[in-house]
Amino acid sequence: MSRAILRDSLSVALTVGVYGIAFGAAAVEADLSVLQACVLSLLAFTGASQFAVVGVLGAGGSALSAVTAASLLGIRNSFYGLRMAPILQVRGAKRIAAAQLTIDESTAVSVAQEDKGLSEMRLGFWATGIGVYIFWNLFTLLGALGATALGDPAAWGLDAAVPAAFLGLLWPRLISKSARIVALISIFLCTLLIPFAPAGVPVIACALIPFVFAFVGGRK
Amino acid sequence: MIWTAIIATSFIAFMLKYLGQAVPAAWLENARIQKFALYLPTALLAALVAVQTLGSEKNIVFDARSIGVLVAGVALFFKAPFPVVVILAALTSAGIHQL
Repeated sequence: MSRAILRDSLSVALTVGVYGIAFGAAAVEADLSVLQACVLSLLAFTGASQFAVVGVLGAGGSALSAVTAASLLGIRNSFYGLRMAPILQVRGAKRIAAAQLTIDESTAVSVAQEDKGLSEMRLGFWATGIGVYIFWNLFTLLGALGATALGDPAAWGLDAAVPAAFLGLLWPRLISKSARIVALISIFLCTLLIPFAPAGVPVIACALIPFVFAFVGGRK
Repeated sequence: MIWTAIIATSFIAFMLKYLGQAVPAAWLENARIQKFALYLPTALLAALVAVQTLGSEKNIVFDARSIGVLVAGVALFFKAPFPVVVILAALTSAGIHQL
């Protein structure tokens, strides 16, 4: 049974790790150095936020709006941590490691083992988290080096690769009608704001949509 | 400026992850907060797609890049895997640049 979990973890780690190539390339396209791309992957280690930083900086946004957009996206990891804490039950250095590895994939694989018991859930979390960490950083380096070697990013279509990567991250979240409505309003509002607000601000403004949805809308 | 953004993003990203592990569960268990957290990434990712596809500084444009993203959407609709989606978008945009 543990073997099956390790196999799941490895396949998730490899698949997600490959996104790292897209991130490394996107970072270079946004004028980050290879070192900067790698440091972001090693320290921040949360894909969507990392894409947000380079996306906003690449569009000419300020450091503040880049950090704000990335941090808003990182809030979901708090909720994953909340879910994982009673399962992992770790303290001290182990808790710091667990926090750093708390991402979409490690949480998802762990929660998927719910019927198999706590130790299997822990195995799923650690194996997936460590696996993704290794591959994500390795492929970030490869993507950044590759994009540097290619030269002019637009000529290779990297300008389209970044929003395509965002779309790929968004797609699995559009499973409910509410999610699709939130996404559509967000696209509409954000596009409308482009001519009026500094780069990065239209993205941050869209955090208001789920806020209104959750706090002003009817009790459900 | 880039280093500032990298260090600040990394620090906040870690603190957000650690917060979830460390705070009493009751703090974040409110139904409205949960709903907000569920839809926040959806809204932000959709906004990022919009800006990166249609924005060029302060102008709304439809260019080679936009067509590349459109192709990515079609690929996702037909359940193409992530690397294929990204490569198709890049190839489309690059191809149009070459015309």
